[in-house]
Amino acid sequence: MKVIKEKHTLLMRWTHWVNFPILTIMIWSGLLIYWANDTYTFTLFGVTFIRFFPQGFYDALHIPRRLAEGMAFHFLFMWFFALNGFLYVTYTIISGRWRELLPSRHSFKEAWLVVLHDLHIRKTAPPQNKYNAAQRIAYTAIIVMGFGSLITGLAIYKPVQFNYLAWLCGGYHLARIWHFVLTIGYVLFFLVHVVQVILAGWNNFRSVISGFEVIDEKPQPAIQIQNDETNKKTE
Amino acid sequence: MKLTKKLNKVFSKNKGPKKELTVEQKISRRNFISFGSLLVLGGAAYGGWRWLYTSPNEAPGITGEAHKPLRAVLNANEKVVRQLYSNKNLVKTYPKEMAAKVVRHNSDIGSDGLIDVDNWKLSVKKQNGELLNIGIDEIKKLPKTEIIYDFKCVEGWDQISHWGGVKFSDFIAHFKLDAETRFEYVGMETPDKEYYVGVDMPSAMHPQTLLAYEVNEKPLPPKHGAPLRLIIPVKYGIKNLKRIGSITFSNNRPRDYWAEQGYDYYAGL
Repeated sequence: MKVIKEKHTLLMRWTHWVNFPILTIMIWSGLLIYWANDTYTFTLFGVTFIRFFPQGFYDALHIPRRLAEGMAFHFLFMWFFALNGFLYVTYTIISGRWRELLPSRHSFKEAWLVVLHDLHIRKTAPPQNKYNAAQRIAYTAIIVMGFGSLITGLAIYKPVQFNYLAWLCGGYHLARIWHFVLTIGYVLFFLVHVVQVILAGWNNFRSVISGFEVIDEKPQPAIQIQNDETNKKTE
Repeated sequence: MKLTKKLNKVFSKNKGPKKELTVEQKISRRNFISFGSLLVLGGAAYGGWRWLYTSPNEAPGITGEAHKPLRAVLNANEKVVRQLYSNKNLVKTYPKEMAAKVVRHNSDIGSDGLIDVDNWKLSVKKQNGELLNIGIDEIKKLPKTEIIYDFKCVEGWDQISHWGGVKFSDFIAHFKLDAETRFEYVGMETPDKEYYVGVDMPSAMHPQTLLAYEVNEKPLPPKHGAPLRLIIPVKYGIKNLKRIGSITFSNNRPRDYWAEQGYDYYAGL
């Protein structure tokens, strides 16, 4: 029998989908700014693997010579990015849903098993609640990263007025590098996230839009002895 | 199910006794509402974005070349940031060894070529219309202040550099320009008036703002703004005007080279 199982709250879905275009605009306008001094490379042992960014990339996205415009967009959408993040975090704390999100002390070991399972090396995945251990770590990390972008961003934005933030980031110069690294982190997160969502399938994807999953439940006898764990879940 | 049927279901009140919806109905109903909302809100968001992205530029004036709504936001941000501003917040300073030997040089607008330092005079226009013409030797007699700090360009680069000169606030005190500090802005222009900046008074009077005549303990070379330039650590490099020709005071924003080209007027750090 098909059963509707509630999964994501309206606020979580709202902030998730609001964040997506805002972050896209922040990354795009950030590129317009970064272009004006695009000195970062990924270099190991004297070998440069990636230069951020190749000319073709800039040209394809019409990035060059738009610094002033980039700053203007960036300094508008920063407010929305911060507000939306603040809304999600506040809600998650107050509602107690952080319990479903924050990694526990078992999560790091379990996350490894999840990864092995996802890579088809291990047959079974550890039992999970709303988020599995790998998700807990990834989704908590992305919130921490968002907070990091705010802090490093403020340190770059007003390094004299917020000189303690600049100090916290290891100085203005390093703050700009952190800010950039975090952005690369979002892009990598996004790539893995999209692949995982596709693999997880429609039911999972829909739950982030309509809030519920549909599960097949076997008809159960009227009286059933349930253990504490399932009791908790159905409460 | 057809869309019209669905719409009817959502918007019309059920006549007669309410029937319990089946699970299938609940699913399709909730899907319809949530996906519909996503589509409508997404469309509205996209429309909003297109409106902003294609919004016309502001009329050219003291500021220019920014989308009108974005300029309004830049100005609103300035108001917020000015609340946080304090002359007690100092830029970090560094030991002398850390100062760059080759100081980066970005632009020559207004300070191109050589200048006859002996004939150069700084003109300061006072409130009463009086014009001060000050030679570089007179300025060098004032107490000297040095600063080694991380110079920050709006492009994104930064460099620790070593400057020497007279504090702007000392300069003001010495030439008895205290009445002028009641104005809201200081305007500075190069002798040829090709480059010009406007700086709010609190930033100009910041204890680390210098009228600099030395870099790395030597007189400024022409490309760094000989004989006198502005070093204002609470602003991006674009406000650090080289080869100052004139200083004026006003309550309105003085014209500003980069603010005319889409950049934030305040450009504060």
